Amino acid sequence: MLWACILLPQLALDAVLRGRADPDTPLVLLSGPPQRRLLQAVNPAAAALGLRAGQPLTTAQALAGNFTCVDHDPAAIDALQQLLAAWAYQFSSQVSLHYPRVLLLEVESSLGLFGPWPAFEARLRAELSALGFRHRIVLASNPVAARMLANCHDGLALDCPEQTRAALEQLPIERVGLPAEAASAFTRMGLRRLGQVMALPREALARRFAAAVQLHLDRLLGLRPMALTFYLPPDRFDARLELNFDVESHQALLFPLRRLINDLAAFLAGRDSGVQRFTLYLEHAEGADTDVAVGLLAAERDPLMLFELARGRLEQLQLRAAVRNLRLLAEDLPAFVPQHRELFEPRPQQNQPWEQLRERLRARLGDTAVHSLSAQADHRPECAWRLDNPATLAAAAPAALRPGWLLAEPQALPGVGVQLLTGAERIESGWWDGGDVRRDYYRVQTPTGLYAWAYRNLGEDGPLWLQGWFA
Amino acid sequence: MGAVLSLEGLLDQQRVWKGRPQAQPQGLQPTGHAALDTALPGGGWPPGALTEVLLSVEGCGELQLLWPSLARLTASAERVVLIAPPFIPYAPAWQAAGVDLQWLTLVETAPADALWAAEQCLRSGSCGAVLCWPHKADDRALRRLQVAAESGQTLAFALRPLQAALNPSPAALRIAIDARPAQWRVLKCRGGLAPALPIACPGRG
Repeated sequence: MLWACILLPQLALDAVLRGRADPDTPLVLLSGPPQRRLLQAVNPAAAALGLRAGQPLTTAQALAGNFTCVDHDPAAIDALQQLLAAWAYQFSSQVSLHYPRVLLLEVESSLGLFGPWPAFEARLRAELSALGFRHRIVLASNPVAARMLANCHDGLALDCPEQTRAALEQLPIERVGLPAEAASAFTRMGLRRLGQVMALPREALARRFAAAVQLHLDRLLGLRPMALTFYLPPDRFDARLELNFDVESHQALLFPLRRLINDLAAFLAGRDSGVQRFTLYLEHAEGADTDVAVGLLAAERDPLMLFELARGRLEQLQLRAAVRNLRLLAEDLPAFVPQHRELFEPRPQQNQPWEQLRERLRARLGDTAVHSLSAQADHRPECAWRLDNPATLAAAAPAALRPGWLLAEPQALPGVGVQLLTGAERIESGWWDGGDVRRDYYRVQTPTGLYAWAYRNLGEDGPLWLQGWFA
Repeated sequence: MGAVLSLEGLLDQQRVWKGRPQAQPQGLQPTGHAALDTALPGGGWPPGALTEVLLSVEGCGELQLLWPSLARLTASAERVVLIAPPFIPYAPAWQAAGVDLQWLTLVETAPADALWAAEQCLRSGSCGAVLCWPHKADDRALRRLQVAAESGQTLAFALRPLQAALNPSPAALRIAIDARPAQWRVLKCRGGLAPALPIACPGRG
């Protein structure tokens, strides 16, 4: 088995920067108690101002004034690690979050699909960069070795135990993950590289050091296996983005929205599912959240399309108060079935499939704007057609001529100059469902030369009621 | 004019008017009415262009004109979209006219959004024909529809009142429907002279 270790050295900082439209302005992460705030991490622009991680906030404020402070949020980092695991799950079924800020992937079984390794690695790097994470990737023959080699290397690919061992021997002893007292003891003994420690007799090591040291060394070399808990993808997607400032316009919401949707698409690709319905919650400082439901007729997972649809819904909305946080919740994740496309399309210039067009129309015009039409087997004209209801019974074509246009409500037809063209056709039906109809229908011609379909209720002597046009 | 132009090319693009063509080519989009097909320069609807149907009154025979084409399109699995029709399309009659309802889509919009929806449908190229009833369509709006129909290679039909015939229009074909006597008049057709005589509607007295 081959293990890829993806180390995310700046996870906390990247988590904040990727949610911001201006990652190049100075920004620092703060941690520690309110009395003594410390700079946890700084971005390159802040470093250029002379700020360093570990400085107290007061010192930093004395050095420079114009930088943004963001609180370090461990819960957000956890959520982000889950997201990254979901993303990695698309490449391997064995993904572990055993070490913090690290993804371990078993990749040998995935090489057949994504390989060879250089191409696979390039794809991993491209996708991580697109998601906005700085990273280091190392391939080794066991997970512990991959993790420890990632401390010192980036882009190392060792595909057999011998190479792995040779690379491990060169590692400095402080960087191999040994307990701190053991590492300092080795250093004081003059053993600076792991290779020198491994050359020592096993019994002597076992006598002088705790059992954990020997265990760790064995695991590094792959002599003893390590039990990893693997990531299991959840059945729902729930992500929340804190905006840290009040947003009052749609435009400013689009950037964080795009981030959320890209995360959703990465998650869906990992699960090989699509999304049919998701909800955006716009959280306000006070009062209930505004929720924007985005529904699709078929499961989709293309981030561009999902973004455009969500944007269409969002733009129609009147924001009643400033938005503090944005949350995206998707609970209904059906299997994704790619559209069946023919190799030789009858319409080669077709650049947007119908499903996409339909969703776009629904996004702007409302969920109930696009209808299909079907004929029903009923004699009453009001009941002979139905919207959005695939015909269950094949309705037989009526024997008599029927008008192409039907009026939504019958109108009284002024009697002057109306000429009856046919005799009465009686439609008498519906006594069982309350919509009782007893009418005599005529095909008539109006004075202006139009052909109309009109009726008179049985037993009434009033005017003709116009119900349709033979257009 | 130094460039050598091929005569065939000029004739194909219909940039040169021939007095009386000998044989009418079979149009790509026949209307389904033989008399109308022979009168139109392309032997049918102008493909990928806007056709204006001008109605003296709504319901005066527009479906009779369009049904054969819609039936042909839906039979070949092309989608037909009706955008905000003024009445309810009565399904049994449409079915009896040969329209496959499975490929018929109805879009309900406010009048303000109807042009937008029509343009989207035309531009997407996933529809065979788009019928719209623009309420206030100026020259610019019609030109947008015309360009969208061209880019999506879709048949576009704008059904408008006859009063609009007085204004010039960018549509490739303009047909007026009279109720009494029941006849069609071709007011403008790109690529040929509009026939001087009206064409009688078949089946209407």
